[in-house]
Amino acid sequence: MTTTTAQPILTPQMRAEIEAYFPRYPTKQAVTLPALHIINEHLRCVPEGAIPELAKMLELSPAQVYDTLSFYGYFKSKPCGKVRAWVCRSISCSLRGGEEVLEALSEKLGVAPGETSGDGKVTLEFGECLGLCDFAPAMLANDTVYKNLSVEQAGDVAAQLKKQADAK
Amino acid sequence: MAEFEPVLLANIHKPDSHTLSVYRAAGGYAAIKKVLSTMSPVDTVELVKASNLRGRGGAGFPCGLKWSFLPKDAPTVYMCVNADESEPATFNNRILMELDPHQVLEGIMIGCYATRAQTAYIYVRCEYPTAYKRLHQAIQECYGAGLLGQNINGSGFNLDIYLHRGAAAYICGEETGLIESLEGKRAWPRIKPPFPAIEGAFRKPTVVNNIETLANVPHIVNRGADWFKSMGVPSTNPKDPGSYGPKLYCISGHVNTPCCVELPLGVTCRELIERHGGGVWKGRKGKMAIPGGMSMGLLTEKEFDTPLDFAGPGKVGCLGLGTAAVTVMDETVSIVDYLNNACRFFAHESCGQCTPCREGTSWSSRLMTRILSGKGRLKDLEILQSISQSIGIMPGTTICGLADGAAWPLKNALGKFRGELEEYIKKTNPGGYQQEEPAMALVELAHH
Ligand SMILES: Cc1cc2nc3c(=O)[nH]c(=O)nc-3n(C[C@H](O)[C@H](O)[C@H](O)COP(=O)(O)O)c2cc1C
Ligand code: SF4
Repeated sequence: MTTTTAQPILTPQMRAEIEAYFPRYPTKQAVTLPALHIINEHLRCVPEGAIPELAKMLELSPAQVYDTLSFYGYFKSKPCGKVRAWVCRSISCSLRGGEEVLEALSEKLGVAPGETSGDGKVTLEFGECLGLCDFAPAMLANDTVYKNLSVEQAGDVAAQLKKQADAK
Repeated sequence: MAEFEPVLLANIHKPDSHTLSVYRAAGGYAAIKKVLSTMSPVDTVELVKASNLRGRGGAGFPCGLKWSFLPKDAPTVYMCVNADESEPATFNNRILMELDPHQVLEGIMIGCYATRAQTAYIYVRCEYPTAYKRLHQAIQECYGAGLLGQNINGSGFNLDIYLHRGAAAYICGEETGLIESLEGKRAWPRIKPPFPAIEGAFRKPTVVNNIETLANVPHIVNRGADWFKSMGVPSTNPKDPGSYGPKLYCISGHVNTPCCVELPLGVTCRELIERHGGGVWKGRKGKMAIPGGMSMGLLTEKEFDTPLDFAGPGKVGCLGLGTAAVTVMDETVSIVDYLNNACRFFAHESCGQCTPCREGTSWSSRLMTRILSGKGRLKDLEILQSISQSIGIMPGTTICGLADGAAWPLKNALGKFRGELEEYIKKTNPGGYQQEEPAMALVELAHH
């Protein structure tokens, strides 16, 4: 009998990072979100194949992990761009042009919100209130905050996002 | 009145305000020292009770009273610190965590001592990477300085503080949604009772507090309950715990200088706009404002003199003070755009567990999309009205307060701006505004 064992998706490093969280919680299930974040940071997504592997580590059924994962729209099964940019569309940003900024960026990058640019550099998304209302309209791109955006700046901002991706 | 001296934001303008040395230089960690060496947990609860400190996370529940509900003999108690801050227009927790994380940690330490919790989880929304990093560094500094870990300051008190990142879901701010999420599950709020104080995280007694609530605690320890009660709006009857202490107000939207400002509880919305927000932008007039985060509903311009204390917004039909985050809308804003934005938010964030909330928020968003696009009917306003009256804890149809927060923008817009809504519908749909076909016909138009 020949069996082909697929390459595991969780690398030893990811496993070690996940295991480091175990002592913090009284249950292994509580490590679900931290683990999903760890996988997501390494792979820019959580591929479906990672779910049974993670479930085994956490002593859960894959369905439990999938249930949690799928509740949060944050974790995608296909890789996001090197930069994931959230443009706020909630009230305080919207009042100062946030939705127009999102539209303009969408045009400059040639992607609809939720999509990734063809070169794999930037994923553009709308965000609900990012808590950056003092800088509205605002965008969070990975860990970088873009403040007081305007439609006129969209071309420059799109270029900056690509640069941010190249620097990664 | 003398200029108010900031308490919670006293340090934030100093260089490196987020570091232990700067915090210590300003007298930081004196309060935890005092508590550990001279006060029992019960004394600490009593002090906070006497201050009448009320929760800053939205519900305004008296903090000391909440702490007193925790069983005194439970072997394991957890503290969950709510840093999910996702209520639209709210960003004061972010400022505290980024610019004075040690003040937050000291509050957590005292809260844990008072409630006998030995483990605290700070649930930080993942959209706050800088706050996360600053808290992480601050926690590391505390372990290094013997302020966290085992036998802190030789007192026998043990405490570990862990950061836990959210994953972009508003409902994780609801305290039992937070607990479910912390446990690694979908963030479906729990039916209460049991309240977290009796059965919370990992089925153990748990205290949930907001970042700003806890940041007040070291100051109460240092300066006393009477000092705290010297600020704000006194209670008017024995059942009302009053509105005492400093509060971080957020001002955003159509003002010249959006900002977070610290003031004694009770400033009016108008004073916030004029004195602290630099007035309505572009020389325009204000039309309406959100008084305390999107969930709280809407003030008309005439209601701008409402004091933003715990009791104020309720007197003009709003849900409450909420997070004290004011969003100003100028005279050019259409009530339809406002309501569309509000309904879209709640439809996106409903966790889907209760049918009235899931369907009600989703339908109201679809109806608003339809009205906005010029296909509205007067009948739609009746449907929106009935949704607003039937979803929430208050009518008793849902598990958590998200649905009440979704109902309030509808209620206030329909109650305070009905004429404008009707006019918009008539003007944009002159041929069809009187139609009354059943709502199911709208399915075709449903797109999200
Ligand atoms: C839908 C919903 C979202 C909430 N979001 C938050 C939040 O982001 N932060 C917060 O502190 N409280 C939030 N709350 C209130 C919490 O349930 C809880 O009352 C609060 O964290 C308790 O802390 P406090 O007493 O110190 O205010 C939310 C409540 C609801 C119903
Ligand atoms: S009221 Fe809405 S958000 Fe709250 S539990 Fe029910 S469905 Fe979820």
